[in-house]
Amino acid sequence: MTLLAPRRGTATEPGGAAPAAPRRRGALARAERHQALGFVTPALAGLTVFTIAPVVLSVVMSLHDWPIFGERTFTGLANYGRLLTEDPDFWPALRNSVVFTVLYVPVNIVIALALALGIGPRIRGRGAFRVLFFIPVVTPVVANVLVWKMLLQPQGLVNGLSTSLFGIEMPRFLSDQNWAMISVVVMSVWAGMGYNMLILSAALEQVPASVTEAARIDGAHGLRMLVSITLPMISPSVFFAAVMTVISSLQVFAQPQLLTGGGPGNATLPLVMFIYQTGFTFQDLGLAAAGAWILFVLIIGVTAVQFRAQKRWVHYEH
Amino acid sequence: MSTDVAPPRAGRTGAGRGWDWRLALGHVGLVVAALVFVAPLVYAFFSALKPDNEILKMPPTLIGSQIRWSNFADVFAYGPFVTYISNSFFVAVAGTLVVLAVSATAGYAFGRLRWPGRDAVFVLFLGTLMVPQEVLVIPMFVVMQWFGWVNTYESLIFPWAFTAFGTFLMRQFFRGIPFELEEAARVDGAGPVRTFARIILPLAGSALAVLAVFTFMNYWNSYLWPLITISDYTELGTLPIGLSTFSTQNGTRWDLQMAASIISMIPTTVLVIALQKHLVRGISTSGLGGR
Repeated sequence: MTLLAPRRGTATEPGGAAPAAPRRRGALARAERHQALGFVTPALAGLTVFTIAPVVLSVVMSLHDWPIFGERTFTGLANYGRLLTEDPDFWPALRNSVVFTVLYVPVNIVIALALALGIGPRIRGRGAFRVLFFIPVVTPVVANVLVWKMLLQPQGLVNGLSTSLFGIEMPRFLSDQNWAMISVVVMSVWAGMGYNMLILSAALEQVPASVTEAARIDGAHGLRMLVSITLPMISPSVFFAAVMTVISSLQVFAQPQLLTGGGPGNATLPLVMFIYQTGFTFQDLGLAAAGAWILFVLIIGVTAVQFRAQKRWVHYEH
Repeated sequence: MSTDVAPPRAGRTGAGRGWDWRLALGHVGLVVAALVFVAPLVYAFFSALKPDNEILKMPPTLIGSQIRWSNFADVFAYGPFVTYISNSFFVAVAGTLVVLAVSATAGYAFGRLRWPGRDAVFVLFLGTLMVPQEVLVIPMFVVMQWFGWVNTYESLIFPWAFTAFGTFLMRQFFRGIPFELEEAARVDGAGPVRTFARIILPLAGSALAVLAVFTFMNYWNSYLWPLITISDYTELGTLPIGLSTFSTQNGTRWDLQMAASIISMIPTTVLVIALQKHLVRGISTSGLGGR
């Protein structure tokens, strides 16, 4: 629910939350109730089986020693204890997820915002630019990663250009302890920022001309206009983009899985990859479920902190 | 990357249509950014046309010693690639149809009909939006075990067809339709089913298009879940799974891998280009896009 807050409220709420509509005849209302039940049942049944039940099951699983095949035994909070105190890969995975998020989110949003601002109303081929920057968002992430894996090989395009043009030997992007994470971040920003660009473009288009016009008459230009008028006006959308991007970056999986395999060592192995390996490589579903819950709590916590902090910088119209 | 691009300054020089160096600079900056941005894809495309041993070569060249369009044909002969593609299409189309049907009906019930408990149930729906897929995959696998769906098409299609996102999107859209339209139909004696089919649904084209595109893409691009639930790659593998099969212990067929990657990008790219107006409008009206 809370995720919806940054959206601009629908202007009119016809017959919505508050049943303000005139009283209607009882028989008609009853028929409507029955048919509503018919309309909503498929979604409700599916959601129960494929979301609510798994959530509950996940809690149960995390309290068991639950192998893919064979006997399960109740172990209480032992899985959580193992993760937090014994497992050698859990804390590094948590750290990697956090490092990825801290690097990825600001870079993503700054570039997306710069592009959204840059592709202004007077730019020719506006639509084409937007589509272009959006393309990697929609192409299979596996394909995107494989392209970058080729580019970042020691004999790939990046090092090849650098060596032949400037005579500078680049580091091993995918196997160097520090560069591997940077490579994952750069690749992910390339693939993902088009989405935020579109969100922010849509927001910029809804800034009323009267406001910018008034500010201009008052002498605001350029950077001043950006900082004092434009950014505050679109801050709900920036906030929305930030929240969603943080959530998705804490769930990063395919990029490190395919680009670096989590390596070197476990330098780029994030939480989701840890959960996947625990569950399906080591076949310890209970431990994996416990790890997933810690991830979920982390996501909820970070999101809650963002919502607490939004009062400082997000401006809503009233 | 392109932080030097001037912010939009519509109207400032609205009267005088002379040379605007800021606007020109903006165009130049954008073109440079766009070139840098598409370079990986362009280079991947040209790499897909090279002989395999020339892809990782120093110094790099854009065009190899020969242009091998046959690489694209070879992809289809390499392993069960045709199966991967048809599986991906089948799963994505089937999943999208289920999502559209479920979301449109439920969205209508939440957005236009009055029934007791509606808002409470809706909050429950929204609450599930916060649960990430990654938390669900572990128990979902066990649910699949119970259903006997491990390593089946069902497991690829159904588990993610009932997420609240589609319902939410359609509900938001339906609520924006003027109620007078519906009241008029009701006065004429049409019940909710007919109103839905005749009045509401035909108006929902762009919302349904947005939902369809995002759903299709989510299915088409899905990687983690097929990796978990599918064990028989040659029969049930999807395209993202298949893309990684060009790397084996014997090394990587970079030429085929690039050709296959390019092929896999075509459907969703075409979709976005074809529906670009819907997409931008859809995002700005719904406030959010896919997940």
